[in-house]
Amino acid sequence: MLHYDAVVIGAGTAGLVAGARLAEGGARVCVVAKGVGSTHLAPGTIDVLGYAPDRVASPAAALPEFMTARADHPYALLGPDAVAESLGWLKARVEAGPLPGYRYAGELDRNLLLPSAIGALRPSALVPETMAGGDAALPGRVAVVGSRSLRDFHASLCAGNLRRAGIEARGLEIDIDVERADENALGLARRFDDAGWRAAFAARLAIKLQADERVGLPAMLGARDPHGAWSDLEQRLGRRVFEIPTLPPSVPGMRLFEILRSALRRAGGRLVIGAEVVDVERSGQAIAAVSTRAGGHDVRYAAPWFVLAAGGFASGAIELDSHWVTHERVLGLPLRGLPAPGEPRFVAEYLAEQPMARVGVAVDGELRAEGAENVMVVGAALPGAVPWSEASGEGIALASGSRAAELVLARAGGTPAGAAA
Amino acid sequence: MSSVTTPIDELLRGSLDHCVKCTICETQCPVSNVTPLFPGPKYAGPQAERYRVSDEPSVEWSVDYCSGCGICSMSCPQGVKIAEINAQARHKLKVQKGIPLRDRIITRPTWLGRAGTPVAPLANFTLGFRPLRVLGEKTLGVHRNGPAPKFAGRRFSRWARSHAAPATGRKIVYFHGCGTEYYEPWEGQKVVEILEHNGFRVEVPKQDCCGLPLQSSGLFDDARKVVLRLARALAPHVRDDPDTIIVGNATSCTLMLKREAREILDLENDPDLALVAERTYDICELLLELHDRGELKTDFKPVNERVAYHAPCQQQGHYIGKPALELLALIPELEVSEMNARCCGIAGTYGLKAEKYDIAMAVGADLFSQVRDSGADTVACDSETCRWQITHGTGRSSVHPIDFLHRAYGL
Ligand SMILES: Cc1cc2nc3c(=O)[nH]c(=O)nc-3n(C[C@H](O)[C@H](O)[C@H](O)COP(=O)(O)OP(=O)(O)OC[C@H]3O[C@@H](n4cnc5c(N)ncnc54)[C@H](O)[C@@H]3O)c2cc1C
Ligand code: SF4
Ligand code: SF4
Ligand code: SF4
Repeated sequence: MLHYDAVVIGAGTAGLVAGARLAEGGARVCVVAKGVGSTHLAPGTIDVLGYAPDRVASPAAALPEFMTARADHPYALLGPDAVAESLGWLKARVEAGPLPGYRYAGELDRNLLLPSAIGALRPSALVPETMAGGDAALPGRVAVVGSRSLRDFHASLCAGNLRRAGIEARGLEIDIDVERADENALGLARRFDDAGWRAAFAARLAIKLQADERVGLPAMLGARDPHGAWSDLEQRLGRRVFEIPTLPPSVPGMRLFEILRSALRRAGGRLVIGAEVVDVERSGQAIAAVSTRAGGHDVRYAAPWFVLAAGGFASGAIELDSHWVTHERVLGLPLRGLPAPGEPRFVAEYLAEQPMARVGVAVDGELRAEGAENVMVVGAALPGAVPWSEASGEGIALASGSRAAELVLARAGGTPAGAAA
Repeated sequence: MSSVTTPIDELLRGSLDHCVKCTICETQCPVSNVTPLFPGPKYAGPQAERYRVSDEPSVEWSVDYCSGCGICSMSCPQGVKIAEINAQARHKLKVQKGIPLRDRIITRPTWLGRAGTPVAPLANFTLGFRPLRVLGEKTLGVHRNGPAPKFAGRRFSRWARSHAAPATGRKIVYFHGCGTEYYEPWEGQKVVEILEHNGFRVEVPKQDCCGLPLQSSGLFDDARKVVLRLARALAPHVRDDPDTIIVGNATSCTLMLKREAREILDLENDPDLALVAERTYDICELLLELHDRGELKTDFKPVNERVAYHAPCQQQGHYIGKPALELLALIPELEVSEMNARCCGIAGTYGLKAEKYDIAMAVGADLFSQVRDSGADTVACDSETCRWQITHGTGRSSVHPIDFLHRAYGL
């Protein structure tokens, strides 16, 4: 058995943020996770609120009304200040992080509109500097540059859809010899770390470009030194260069993981990956300890506080079983947002709002799980949001992870919880 | 020859249906990230497995390039047993293709150790002698530059027998493994001294290899015999007292006992192995638990040095994080840098093999440059083969993390 001030379950954005901020606040914290979270899959942008349900120009302006209208939404529990504060924290951690020079750009006041891999425009509040040049508000034509070596990125498709959205764009292909049939963005990102390779690539690309074009490339501009790779390309090409998110794996998402991991470690927090929570020890209304599967014997972690950051349906933390019963699988906590008995759970139109979409772990107004008074719930485990149609997943993860850390620190320090708000 | 399909096989295969093709394992695999010869865990594991039919020839050969490091299984958010599926597939390949003489030799540390120890100077000369190494590469396929350990010329068990153990104290069973027995007997002495300093009475049963090298090269039948022999040797020492545990400093070998032998070799049902698995602790895991309970002595003297710590893949496979880091942090003035690289490349005997040596060095390159950048003179790492590889790749000396504890205790 190991004892901590707080144990965080899950190492996605929400768990890593909660862990890092708890550790920064002086708590002895351990983050345990079954595996890597969705950082490696999502684009690495912090989408706070993109649609409500119309496209949101300014999350700062839209949030107060959104919170009033959607009292059950995680943002309503968090409040606008927590969102703004957490963005500031993240920016600072990116700048102090392990990737020299790398920064995030954007403000809560205005959503940037960035092209996706298929050229749809996505609203996002805070994005890697390497993506900011894709903002639809910027002047100039766009050359989307792809390579046949990178499957699932089609420059002409992306450019075609951008044109449909009113941006003058064209697609270009550049050959990259990858020595294998099946390369992904990460494999190519490693090449962009190499200055010599990058120079040769830039030279081949430069001759294909027209004077006033900015260049959109799949998000693969460097795994180790993205700021160096990206600014070097901008210099060599003499124009704005920007990254466009790819299908998984997501290189900018991996960078975000590294930044958060490093913030956690630097503040002295532990990280244990491969450790699935398989058992829970209860003590009345509280959780006393969790057991994780390890090698021969399970390992128990005890703490006065637990943060549940295990995700939702996508990560498998919440499941609908074959008997049509929905469970929270990690701690066995009650859920909220379930369709009433007899009501449909799914609707036929795939992209319509599904009745199951808002299911999450039932919490009180301060993120505390119903039925477990020392468990704070954060990220995709929270009920009430439909992240994919709101474009809010990362914003909720960041803000709730931050807020949970703040509340735990305040309660552990003996301050009444409300006083921290 | 064993039958090609086993129950465990089905259990591992069952996990492949959980694969959502998210590619997270691909971002983690140290091998596929440096060579196009290996397409990566998702492809070689859950994807190719669908086409592997028992009693039919293998359709996919690249899995031989999987080093078995296990990082993919650790990272998979869906719990797919990728590395374990790959190990099964490699075994089938070996059964089909035949096992090279080289793999029969380098996977037998006990034979090698027994043969080399009495003639250590000669054996070390041979291993360091270039023309013979070139010959070894040509005839056996052991790469001429592969990091070869030096025989110590004495055996740890010899020292243990002559060592006067304290008469009292809490009993603990020490599993030292072959690395300590033949190559680094001083590590074993340090383990014993640290445990005794903390009030334990250390028992060192007669023991042999854990079978991991055989298992990782796909020689499953031999590996089963070897690991069960070890389990039979250890189990009687812990059976009667539920509080007695087994501790080891060879982290890959303790992992073999805890999990890999049962999961990969289909030995879930062996009662001796189950008992040994449940009771086995990695030395740093144990010391950290003692510290958490307030039972670890912390009379550490300052060590004014800089050390780079690398957690080897096999240590990560315990799924316990990096306890060594917590322990090193207890030593006053010791400056510890955590390396953030996945693998040193060696993966047991993988990097010794002629056709894989270059891949292993490319895998290790990231770690080697981090070590150089850290400015540390010494690298701490829990696995002996990884230490040899790190020294080979960086020229820096490398030690088990407990070396620093031993020094700080002033033992
Ligand atoms: C492919 C993809 C694309 C996305 N795109 C966007 C986007 O464009 N914009 C946006 O805002 N959001 C996007 N999201 C959503 C966003 O990434 C998530 O909503 C958000 O990151 C939630 O993070 P989380 O930390 O709550 O959970 P996750 O990132 O899911 O992390 C869950 C963690 O819990 C661990 N865990 C689960 N069960 C256990 C257990 N039993 N024991 C221990 N650990 C456990 C997991 O291993 C993992 O580490 C995307 C998600 C995916 C998957
Ligand atoms: S990480 Fe797991 S689920 Fe994802 S692709 Fe690999 S095996 Fe499949
Ligand atoms: S075990 Fe290691 S080398 Fe093999 S596929 Fe998994 S990560 Fe790659
Ligand atoms: S894996 Fe361990 S016990 Fe097994 S050969 Fe190594 S040193 Fe020996």
